[in-house]
Amino acid sequence: MENLIALLIAAPLLGAAVLLCGGRRLDAVGHWIGTALAGASFVFGAVLFVDLLGKDAEHRTLTQHLFSWIPVEGFQADIAFHLDQLSMTFVLLITGVGSLIHLYSIGYMEHDERRRRFFGYLNLFLAAMLLLVLADNYLLLYVGWEGVGLASYLLIGFWQHKPSAATAAKKAFLVNRVGDMGLSIAIMLMFTTFGTFAFTPVLGTHEAEGLVGGTSEATLTGIALMLLLAACGKSAQVPLQSWLGDAMEGPTPVSALIHAATMVTAGVYLIVRSGAIFNAAPDAQLVVTIVGAVTLLFGAIVGCAKDDIKKALAGSTMSQIGYMVLAAGLGPIGYVFAIMHLVTHGFFKAGLFLGAGSVMHGMNDEVDMRKYGGLRKYMPVTFVTFGLGYLAIIGFPGLSGFFSKDKIIEAAFAKGGTEGWILGGCALLGAAITAYYMTRVMLMTFFGEKRWQPDENGHEPHPHESPKSMTIPMIVLAFGSVFAGGVFGVGDRFLHWLEPITGHDHGHPPISATTVTAATVAVMVIGVTAAYLQYGRRPVPVVAPRGSLLTRAARRDLLQDDFNHVVLVRGGEHLTRSLVYVDHTLVDGVVNGTAASVGGLSGRMRRLQNGFARSYAVSMFGGAAVLVAATLLMRAV
Amino acid sequence: MSFPLLTATAVLPAVGAIVTAAVPAARRTAAKWLALLVSLATLALAITVMVRFDPDGDRYQLTESHAWIADFGVRYELGVDGIAVALIALTALLIPFIILAGWHDADPLETGNRRWRPTQGFFALILAVEAMVIISFEATDVFLFYIFFEAMLIPMYFLIGGFGDRAHAGTDENAAAQRSYAAVKFLLYNLVGGLIMLAAVIGLYVVAGNFSLQEIAEARANGSLDMATNTERWLFLGFFFAFAVKAPLWPLHTWLPNAMGEATAPVAVLITAVVDKVGTFAMLRFCLQLFPEASKWATPAILVLALISIIYGALLAVGQRDIKRLVAYASISHFGFIILGIFAMTSQGQSGATLYMVNHGISTAALMLVAGFLISRRGSRLIADYGGVQKVAPVLAGTFLIGGLATLSLPGLAPFVSEFLVLVGTFARYPVIGIIATFGIVLAALYVLVLYQRTMTGPVKPEVASMPDLRVRELVVVAPLVVLLIFLGVYPKPVTDIVDPAVKQTMSDVQKKDPQPEVEAAK
Repeated sequence: MENLIALLIAAPLLGAAVLLCGGRRLDAVGHWIGTALAGASFVFGAVLFVDLLGKDAEHRTLTQHLFSWIPVEGFQADIAFHLDQLSMTFVLLITGVGSLIHLYSIGYMEHDERRRRFFGYLNLFLAAMLLLVLADNYLLLYVGWEGVGLASYLLIGFWQHKPSAATAAKKAFLVNRVGDMGLSIAIMLMFTTFGTFAFTPVLGTHEAEGLVGGTSEATLTGIALMLLLAACGKSAQVPLQSWLGDAMEGPTPVSALIHAATMVTAGVYLIVRSGAIFNAAPDAQLVVTIVGAVTLLFGAIVGCAKDDIKKALAGSTMSQIGYMVLAAGLGPIGYVFAIMHLVTHGFFKAGLFLGAGSVMHGMNDEVDMRKYGGLRKYMPVTFVTFGLGYLAIIGFPGLSGFFSKDKIIEAAFAKGGTEGWILGGCALLGAAITAYYMTRVMLMTFFGEKRWQPDENGHEPHPHESPKSMTIPMIVLAFGSVFAGGVFGVGDRFLHWLEPITGHDHGHPPISATTVTAATVAVMVIGVTAAYLQYGRRPVPVVAPRGSLLTRAARRDLLQDDFNHVVLVRGGEHLTRSLVYVDHTLVDGVVNGTAASVGGLSGRMRRLQNGFARSYAVSMFGGAAVLVAATLLMRAV
Repeated sequence: MSFPLLTATAVLPAVGAIVTAAVPAARRTAAKWLALLVSLATLALAITVMVRFDPDGDRYQLTESHAWIADFGVRYELGVDGIAVALIALTALLIPFIILAGWHDADPLETGNRRWRPTQGFFALILAVEAMVIISFEATDVFLFYIFFEAMLIPMYFLIGGFGDRAHAGTDENAAAQRSYAAVKFLLYNLVGGLIMLAAVIGLYVVAGNFSLQEIAEARANGSLDMATNTERWLFLGFFFAFAVKAPLWPLHTWLPNAMGEATAPVAVLITAVVDKVGTFAMLRFCLQLFPEASKWATPAILVLALISIIYGALLAVGQRDIKRLVAYASISHFGFIILGIFAMTSQGQSGATLYMVNHGISTAALMLVAGFLISRRGSRLIADYGGVQKVAPVLAGTFLIGGLATLSLPGLAPFVSEFLVLVGTFARYPVIGIIATFGIVLAALYVLVLYQRTMTGPVKPEVASMPDLRVRELVVVAPLVVLLIFLGVYPKPVTDIVDPAVKQTMSDVQKKDPQPEVEAAK
């Protein structure tokens, strides 16, 4: 059974190799090959899942050792896999949502002449993401970690004839590299502290404590903070969040799969996987919760101000991952709910993005919601599936998001003390804003009067429902958005499934769960009402009003990008330009000058240019003569 | 007496060089094929060396020893350890690609430029360099090493000065002047380094009484050869200076961008991927073995210079407008990593540094040769002259990207393994330096991706609109390099197995032990 793990990764990897090296011959069937191999990977995952379910809860771990990867004196890294309940959850999410999005892309990318390449990249992404969650050590995880970064780079920049897409791709990779530095340093710290960076010896199992146990809190805090830096990059958390909005330049299925459902949640996986380290470093955990709380508000505020439907959803993704990071920072109180929200979010956010893609597909790729309006009549399936995703994300009672988000808010309060009140308060406020901006998206897109006009070529959009290959994945994901939360939450099924890995703790709730739930529903109603009053009761202006200072700042991603631009980009340009000058004049000049003054070389240089071979021979000969003389002298002495 | 395999590996390309040079100019295609076949035969010999070498056997194997200049104790002594085997294999591997990539670089110009030198000479010189580099890796006699370390400057000088890149802005005269400047600068820098080394070589002889690396190192290790602290330090500096020029280490690096910019792309690869490696190799073999105490004494200063090279080279690469100069500065940054790994004095650092030499050779070859193919199509080295190439030549752009990703050490490709080993090996002993060096990985991403974005993406520039994609010959050059980059990224064990025992011995030469993990140390 273990051998299936490698096949899980090998299937999409094979797809990527075949599709990217196969050439034009495969243009006609490439998308089917890609989708079939993604599906195959899902089937392997399902088989492994059934196998794990057959075992008792404490022994649901499979390992596969392929070969020794980097064997150097004192240093050992292996290509080996580790499948447990945590990675299994990710495998099913990645291959499941991944297969659906492959299917969707067949229709969405139908008119793109480079569709084969697109599917190659998607398969490459799946392979890298599976490697990330299946690796049994941090260095191999790193390979998957940057592998998904590469796939993301290629896919954001897929339409790279557009300079904006190429820039966005580069930006995403660079910001992520800053995070990767954190991962590098964390691994180096682990190596010098533990002598290894494999999961089991470092983190331990429920039977035996890992090496973490005997280590000072200061070291563990250092490792944990470096892991957090990595997580911030990959999961677009403040202060490394700036790339995610721009990443929406990529084709919409990419936004759904990579920049909503799977890759961006890798940071949450990293923190939950490294739970043993974080549990022993409370200071680092506090920082994690702060990052999560700040990001969940940051993303929500940005999401309120965007008129581009994908960027509004991107703000929302950032915010929802903020919830997960917050939960992960709570330790055993929150780990399970972080992952549970991650899975339900995977369903409804992927669904929302696919819905947005379906809208764009019918609207000549228009993304400005101010030019939508009343689309529910034209695209009923998109409307209903998007609507269910909407209800799920705002936490409408009974739907997926309700179960998972409510648990996180409860857990935040349960941290106890002043921190608990502050974190819980932020999470509640975030829930209100979520309801507001999502209602805004819903109303601007599907309700009200039609606001679209002919473009400059006189083509008026003819909104229409998308083909079956696109609507079927949307319907499946809508089912997930509706029912997943109930399936997971009722009877604490998800908790029991994951608890052996992550542990669980009820914390010290200062108020009852019922009160929190009531408050959550209440703030949701407030948020929805506010949005309705603003966008439902009144017509939406086609040109955005100037807006308040906060709105204008939020449109510009709260000015963080401007800060980056001025300080890092401009500053960096000046630095490199002056260094180029320094290198050319100062370093070169000084070295040349020293040589010239010491050896009178400038004169010799001219002579060398004329008859250099002779001079060189003389030098060599002179050198040899000195050698002979010196030797004879020493002999004589 | 057994077959002198090491001598044969060096003599074959040397003889090949002479025969190639003798081919009449009219038969230049024959000369090219001859050079290619000789380089392939040399590769076969190098592979034989690799196979015959037993990683767990003696330190120096396949040894040959003959008296040469008996009066001065100069012997013709060859022998290889794992580090040398890896680098000989790298050299022999890259030369056929260099020859194939430069297939048309030395063809006579239609305009009949008088400055152009005969085609067969280009290929003969490449083989001559190969022969000298290989024997430098093999020599275990310090004087023998010195001779070839210096002598390889001559063919390199002609390769840079005589066969420059045809893509240049400005007039032919102007270009010839720049080429000539680059070649002379290359020669002078290395010659000064070499002369200082010569003084140190003589000094070593005065102190030790012979030139045998093994004898001196052994005598140093068992204490029978005592050197005064100051003497050892001066001698170390004399050797190190020459190697730091060749490697090159900041601030002695400025010859490299000129040389790599003006030379043809394959010759640029020859400089940075092959010839410069002799410098870093010699640091490991000569500096550390002959002068262990002085090496430890100089370590802090060298680490700082290496760190400056890493960051400075990368920043300068970001600021370049010329594709080839950009790659040159990237190489300076990479040489910083190699030297950092050597002088971190940990097993991971030194194994990583050796592996880095191999991987850097392959990745730079991939990036630079594809850059050369690109430049030959458009006739310009300026980044700003390109744009949107991906759309017209997707295979060229794809391989360029893979070469770039290897240069930025993407995990999964070979350079990642070596770069991480160097970083972790440095971090284990010098955490602050390790962390600062890690910034290099962000800067590497910056210069590679900016280069890719400006040349390959965006709207198609009219000048590149009709650019053909890679031809069969070019694919034959690039594809194996790409395969190797992926293979050694996933399975570097064949190389680490050969290198590791040699590194262990070097570590014991300098009497350094790896730092122990904190948790174990606590127990």
